[in-house]
Amino acid sequence: MPDEELFDIEMRLLLHGVRQVYGYDFTDYSEASIKRRITQWLASSGYANLSHAQAVILRDQAAFESLLRGITVNVSDMFRDPAFFRAIREQVVPHLKTYPFVKIWHAGCASGEEAYSLAILLEEEGLKGHFRMYATDINNEVLQKAREGIYPLKEMQRYTKNYQSAGGRGSFSDYYSARYDHAIMMKSLREQIVFASHNLATDADFGEMHLILCRNVLIYFKPTLKERVLRLFDSCLLPGGFLCLGLKETLDGRRIAPDYGEVAQRMRIYRKSYGQE
Amino acid sequence: MARNRPERFRAVVAGVSTGGVEALKLVLGALSKDFPLPVMVVAHISQEADNGLALLLDDLCGIRVKEADELEEVAAGTVYLAPPNYHLQVERDATLSLSVDPPVRFARPSVDVLFESAADAFGPALIGVVMTGAGSDGSNGLKRIKEAGGVTVVQDPATAEAASMPKSAIETVSPDYIVQLSGIAPLLVRLAWL
Repeated sequence: MPDEELFDIEMRLLLHGVRQVYGYDFTDYSEASIKRRITQWLASSGYANLSHAQAVILRDQAAFESLLRGITVNVSDMFRDPAFFRAIREQVVPHLKTYPFVKIWHAGCASGEEAYSLAILLEEEGLKGHFRMYATDINNEVLQKAREGIYPLKEMQRYTKNYQSAGGRGSFSDYYSARYDHAIMMKSLREQIVFASHNLATDADFGEMHLILCRNVLIYFKPTLKERVLRLFDSCLLPGGFLCLGLKETLDGRRIAPDYGEVAQRMRIYRKSYGQE
Repeated sequence: MARNRPERFRAVVAGVSTGGVEALKLVLGALSKDFPLPVMVVAHISQEADNGLALLLDDLCGIRVKEADELEEVAAGTVYLAPPNYHLQVERDATLSLSVDPPVRFARPSVDVLFESAADAFGPALIGVVMTGAGSDGSNGLKRIKEAGGVTVVQDPATAEAASMPKSAIETVSPDYIVQLSGIAPLLVRLAWL
């Protein structure tokens, strides 16, 4: 049997084993993406093949965690898709301002770039002290990075450009301090964000939210898991609340779609209706 | 008697970089809406050109051209372009998926990512095409297509605006067909109906 086919068989066996032993369910993840990630992880792991890796992973928590970090690591940018953040600023913030206190869930926050971007935007719009953001991810290693809020200084030029195109009102450099080749986000931003571990595939919701941000996470899920996660979001989003997806993610054809209207054309910002009652 | 449906192949994948827009105009422009296979394309273009290339090509070509959406099931007579800044992949059930994983060989979308996933999805029933471009994206993917029993096509570097990508593919794979740009569409039409 060709190696490629063996790899696919081993991958399925491994994912089912991981589900049964550790409760992490990756069987509803897009296969093409997870295969690339597992291939990369295996190449750096030192195991000869996935069957060798599996024998260790199913018995040794630390080995499993190495795999987990490898297959759940997502990357992002500050103010990624500036037009999206501009739309948040212009079309969502005015509604948020009508509440005395705003609760936000940023699901799949990875290393925190978009969480800080949103915190900066809300602060500039006068919501400082009036919101709390719960930023969650399945990967504890990237969450720790997010908590620390330390990013490579060389990225700041690009982020500054994004910030400006996103309608930034100040100077981006006011939000971090440079130290050697790193930039540390301001403490006042970090204080408004609670970073926490959460697995969208298996964990429950976070209580009532005014805004849920989950961008470029659902594209990694098969339709069944996508539906589950959207129902989870729907169950904790208040009427009139906002759901923000990635630019290539839509609610079209999803079960919760009838209760949502798109607020900003092509920006994938949806608002939940107030219902009939 | 004419058959309604081809038997040998189920899909075409193609990759272009530098000079790609003109090449795509020529190749896709020569395909009609009756082309019996779906065509997935990765073109390295600037990140801001959201949906622009798909609209331009759709106006210009007989075959339908659109930017790929997640979960979309591929259909005959349609060209799916990778969205700027996303990898495009084919799943085993012949639906499309997107990813924002890091660039591969500096490219996102990456031709290799598309080709490798398509080789998994379609095995020997796949035609892979590498056209004009700088760099070596597509070489590894084309190799995987060949290993899976698919047919490999590379634009003759002498007719390419940028020669390194097709050259690299030829060195990596020794492809089944090396054809000049104007010969690619007629070859695809001939193969598609086998």
